[in-house]
Amino acid sequence: MSRIAKRFEALRAGNRAALVSFIMAGDPDRAACQAVLNGLPAAGADVIELGMPFTDPMADGPAIQLAAGRALAAGGSLKQTLEMVAEFRKADRDTPIILMGYYNPIYAWGPEKFAGDAALAGVDGLIIVDLPPEEAGELVPFLRSAAIDFIVLTTPTSDDARLPVVLANASGFVYYVSIAGVTGTGSATSAAIEAAVTRIRRHTALPVCVGFGIRTPEQAAEVARAAEGAVVGSAIVQALADQGPAAALALVETLAAGVRAARK
Amino acid sequence: MQSLNTYRAGPDERGHFGIFGGRYVAETLMPLILQVEAAYAAAKADPAFEAEFRELLAQYVGRPNPLYFARRLTEAFGGAKIFLKREDLNHTGAHKINNCIGQILLARRMGKKRIIAETGAGQHGVATATVCALFGMQCVIYMGSTDIERQMPNVYRMKLLGAEVKPVTSGAATLKDAMNDALRDWVSNVDNTYYLIGTVAGPHPYPTMVRDFQSVIGEEVRAQILAQEGRLPDSLVACIGGGSNAMGLFHPFLDEPLVRIIGVEAAGHGLDKLHAASLTGGKPGVLHGNRTYLLQDADGQIAEAHSISAGLDYPGIGPEHSWLHETGRVEYVSITDDEAVAAFLQCTRLEGIIPALESSHAIAHAGKIASTLPKDHLMVVNLSGRGDKDVSTIAKALGDVHLGGLV
Repeated sequence: MSRIAKRFEALRAGNRAALVSFIMAGDPDRAACQAVLNGLPAAGADVIELGMPFTDPMADGPAIQLAAGRALAAGGSLKQTLEMVAEFRKADRDTPIILMGYYNPIYAWGPEKFAGDAALAGVDGLIIVDLPPEEAGELVPFLRSAAIDFIVLTTPTSDDARLPVVLANASGFVYYVSIAGVTGTGSATSAAIEAAVTRIRRHTALPVCVGFGIRTPEQAAEVARAAEGAVVGSAIVQALADQGPAAALALVETLAAGVRAARK
Repeated sequence: MQSLNTYRAGPDERGHFGIFGGRYVAETLMPLILQVEAAYAAAKADPAFEAEFRELLAQYVGRPNPLYFARRLTEAFGGAKIFLKREDLNHTGAHKINNCIGQILLARRMGKKRIIAETGAGQHGVATATVCALFGMQCVIYMGSTDIERQMPNVYRMKLLGAEVKPVTSGAATLKDAMNDALRDWVSNVDNTYYLIGTVAGPHPYPTMVRDFQSVIGEEVRAQILAQEGRLPDSLVACIGGGSNAMGLFHPFLDEPLVRIIGVEAAGHGLDKLHAASLTGGKPGVLHGNRTYLLQDADGQIAEAHSISAGLDYPGIGPEHSWLHETGRVEYVSITDDEAVAAFLQCTRLEGIIPALESSHAIAHAGKIASTLPKDHLMVVNLSGRGDKDVSTIAKALGDVHLGGLV
């Protein structure tokens, strides 16, 4: 069983949702980022999304755009991202790590070789923002061979006709992008999130994690009542940028507390 | 390379030209992209759509524009007969309006009320703002702040036309970054917004749709040169940023094996320095919805392009050009900033036509090769836009050099 499946099974047994926390690999530099990454499980992150920095993050708002810019300016690269995962895996063999980003760096690496190298580093899943099901065939078979989950994004614009197309490639969990927009901007209402999650569940048995616009422990708790996971990205990235590593990890702790108390 | 019966059949049903093209966009946009594709297919099959498009090109844009025999440039170059396709005489001063007319009709058909676009030189922004004024639609234009500075007259024109011009400050603050922000806007306003892409790039069906709307350029050239010279041209030359004026000129001639076709990229400061020649200096990658040749580093990070011409200052190129490059049907060459400025002056002084800096790249290349060709060689150069917008850039580039000594 994969790390992702094991983690969600354990959470289900404990009747709670996952806190999925996002940071950008190499932001603000490799050493500081590695320290935050290594500290995330103890702060309460159940699943980690590690951003792969890219020059043109078209689906991201300002917080994550700037984070990618800082990472690249400090020497960040896909190679460094994999090295950071390998370093993390020396101490933690249980917390799933999902790489999230854009396709071109992976295409430049070579999809088949990348799948193998990512698996060796200890990557469990991949979210590629600009690889919709229409184009995913050039990557997904290599991920399957390497036992890496392809985590698909569903959105408010994925209707009942579209969902089966999107979910055909899915494994690991399903990421519901709760607003039509970029990261770190608006937030969906909990009623809208509940309705969307209910609709997605009609098409898949995979866990559903909800992201975009979740900033506070209260919001995370609301999502944690409706779905298997709450994803927080921009708020953590912003805390890291404004107040440093300790503040970012402290925010993760309060978010984790919110998620853990949600169903009690 | 493959040998093909036709170079005009592409793309396939998934929007691929060979390995290029496709639909590499966020899932939020996919349903909308599929709607645009379906709406465009329906419009193409509707004679009323075609009729309205042709009517507006004739009555509003002022087509057909002339295929002008440039006698003095021909003499100066000392070889091939040079014909200029006068897209600069279109309403709004460039070829961009052809595509905007087509897409605004499509947006209206789709019931969209809000139009967004990216612009580099501002010509596409002006053309978009123009058709939005004509059709009473809300218009938001994304433009890099670097470009806003160097194309101020066009910024003011857009505002006069009622458009909101949103400055983009990320990256090098040029066309690539404007396109990023336009995509961010679109993903945030999928319900009411139509993205009017200005070149033969982006996710399918845009490269095909923009090509189809721009093909009026090549169709006219074919009829005009047959009427004027009694035969097809021997060569076609056009500048390429994204590549829409070039594709519009080239496409109707792709299956004429005797017509030599040349696309001119921007070599900026030189191919070993900062430039915008994606085919010459780049490799295939994925950006802005399509796979195509891109300037990038070994990590797949997109490089900053440079050209003195804001309209060519883009690290990518339309996917069909990438395919035509790999099949060998079209030759792709490049021209530096300095060469383009010299051609700008030469055309201005000899023909009394101030060409856009973009188009000056095509003129410069024509000047390079014309003398090696016989005097009965018919060469069509696409004068894709007029250069009024570039006068301050030219003034800056020339500095204190005395203008009189240059031509």
